[in-house]
Amino acid sequence: MSVLLDANTRLLVQGIGTEGTNHMKRSIDYGTNVVAAIHPRRGGEQQEGVPIFTTVDQAVRETGANVSIIFVPAPFAADAMLEAVAADIPLVVCITEGIPVMDMVRVKRTLSGRKSILIGPNCPGVITPSTKTRVGIMPGDVFLPGKVGVVSRSGTLVYEVVAQLTSLGIGQSTCIGVGGDPIIGTRQVEAVRLLNEDPDTDAIVLVGEIGGSAEQEAAAYIREHVKKPVVAFIAGATAPPGRRMGHAGAIISGEDGKAENKKAALRDAGAYVSDSPAEIGITMQRARAERGLR
Amino acid sequence: MKLHEYQARDLLARHGVAVTGGRVASTPSEARKIAEELGGKVVVKAQIHAGGRGKGRLVAESETAAMFQKLTSDPANNAGQVKGDRVGGVRLADSAQEAEQAAAAILGRYLVSIQTGPEGKLVKNVLVAEQTDIAKEYYLSAMVDGGVGGILFIASAEGGTEIEQVAATKPEAIVRMPVDPAAGWDPYIGRTLAARLGFSGDQANQFAKLAEGLYNTALATDASLVEINPLAVTDGGQVVAVDAKLSIDDNALFRHPDLEELRDRDEEDPLEVLAQDLGVSNFIKLDGNIGCIVNGAGLAMATMDTIKLAGGEPANFLDIGTVNDPQRVVNAIKVILEDENVEAILVNIFGGMARVDIIAQGVIDGFKQLDIKVPVVMRLVGTNLAEGEKLIDESGINVVRTSELGDAARKAVEAASAAA
Repeated sequence: MSVLLDANTRLLVQGIGTEGTNHMKRSIDYGTNVVAAIHPRRGGEQQEGVPIFTTVDQAVRETGANVSIIFVPAPFAADAMLEAVAADIPLVVCITEGIPVMDMVRVKRTLSGRKSILIGPNCPGVITPSTKTRVGIMPGDVFLPGKVGVVSRSGTLVYEVVAQLTSLGIGQSTCIGVGGDPIIGTRQVEAVRLLNEDPDTDAIVLVGEIGGSAEQEAAAYIREHVKKPVVAFIAGATAPPGRRMGHAGAIISGEDGKAENKKAALRDAGAYVSDSPAEIGITMQRARAERGLR
Repeated sequence: MKLHEYQARDLLARHGVAVTGGRVASTPSEARKIAEELGGKVVVKAQIHAGGRGKGRLVAESETAAMFQKLTSDPANNAGQVKGDRVGGVRLADSAQEAEQAAAAILGRYLVSIQTGPEGKLVKNVLVAEQTDIAKEYYLSAMVDGGVGGILFIASAEGGTEIEQVAATKPEAIVRMPVDPAAGWDPYIGRTLAARLGFSGDQANQFAKLAEGLYNTALATDASLVEINPLAVTDGGQVVAVDAKLSIDDNALFRHPDLEELRDRDEEDPLEVLAQDLGVSNFIKLDGNIGCIVNGAGLAMATMDTIKLAGGEPANFLDIGTVNDPQRVVNAIKVILEDENVEAILVNIFGGMARVDIIAQGVIDGFKQLDIKVPVVMRLVGTNLAEGEKLIDESGINVVRTSELGDAARKAVEAASAAA
């Protein structure tokens, strides 16, 4: 088992421009079952051997697609997400960055009461190495099947953490990039809960960032419910206050936004907090040894 | 994107928010004319993006750093001023002639406040507005909040310049009220906020109408924040916005060409403007000596953290994003080299969507096109690594290479101190 993705994943790709096509091909090469692609004017054609449909509704009915990945440009991304949600696709992953926050307000509100889980936007996606299921843009070759679940706001920090884990021989169960925007489909705490409830995940890495209070929410959950070792890192400890560091969510606002307060909350919840991003892997190695995990 | 007070007031007024009468002026004679129209008794306010204007000081360009030092080193230097006196960037005038004099004293000078930084801000415009006899000050804002997943009103009956202190010391004095995005604005929101702030009767109605206007402004402009502080009840019982702040979601500017025109690039850091012009959009200038080129905002922040842990100081934050064109890397190097403080460059790329070979080609092109005198440390990992390494091997460029993040930061710090 793993979370969100497994061997039954049937992937649909919304947005087959340069990047969408490139990453569709990489996912196929990695071993992922890509069953459909969407292009409003190219229905009936094929791309990389994958049939193209005009609408998500049609693709789901004809292929049984159960996961969608979205590369549609920012001005049209909300429309693409709403189309996937309307088709009741269980998991929708939106890679697109730069989506207006008011558009996400609408999408987020629409999600409540629907069957879909949204990951992202502005995220690297989700990957389950054991079943070779890659729904995202991450470099597949750094991942190693194993039992550590990874949750991160930042995409490149997922790769960074995973490269460190893999080089130490510590494999991963499922890695979830939740996204860096202020309004995201699945918050850190929800991703942590998924990994906590997964029997094949025995430890969790949580990579947060300055700004907002998502890490405090996760910390409160960890304190109450998580017995598995959690290793955490908060990016941006040295960022000057009040400046926006690219991720719209990473604005230091109020006390909760500060790295030191997030770290304190996570430490209080029993997490192993690494001050250096270069030492997340060895911190996990130490945590596993202390808890008797192999 | 931040707007000036006068721009925010115009937008708010257009959506039904009651604001004090007034207009923007760029010359003292214009200020005089507006003051005459308003009956003479006005307030003249410097238009810069930073706050703390009333308590700031106007100086010549050469004196800004010393003044900033003075204002920030001793709180007493900053606290002695009151908004509306005849020294700072916000001045009361009792006649059109005094308004002209006030404008003449403010325009073309540099305003330094605790929020401007040591460079201060050149004042190009003043807002000339009616004086209000304020009976009581309130705070009212609407912002998009990730926690509630929509617009959140924040209000307080204890408005004015010390609102942040109120939030820190008396959280119960802050009213928070989310708006359900599916339902949108509904009159109960205005009534509830008004009652929570202690308004009743006609003033409650005035306030509710103003709050609706604020909400409509936020929606219409894709604002990430609209703030009225203070919102005043005048001696005559009118509820009116006295000062306004508005920030627009940069991601939504594509659908607001009219708002894009309100951008004041003079308010932005010149290096950041150059970066934007060169297509390097996620660049923030910092004060250290190690220039950073990184992909991904999280890794860019983590790289800064690692440099600090290694005993160095980053010169910038730069998320180069997904690069399809090596020229963007050249441009990033160009921007970094414009900063005289830079003594080493650290290129830290973990290719995912971004490809290592394109970054490598960009650095190679940078060495060809630019005069790179500072040491360059490169840490490349991820998508198309082999192709990227081959390009660098064949180019013969002189760079320090490493594959590990902590080591990359240490090498960059060493290189910078050796170069210093």
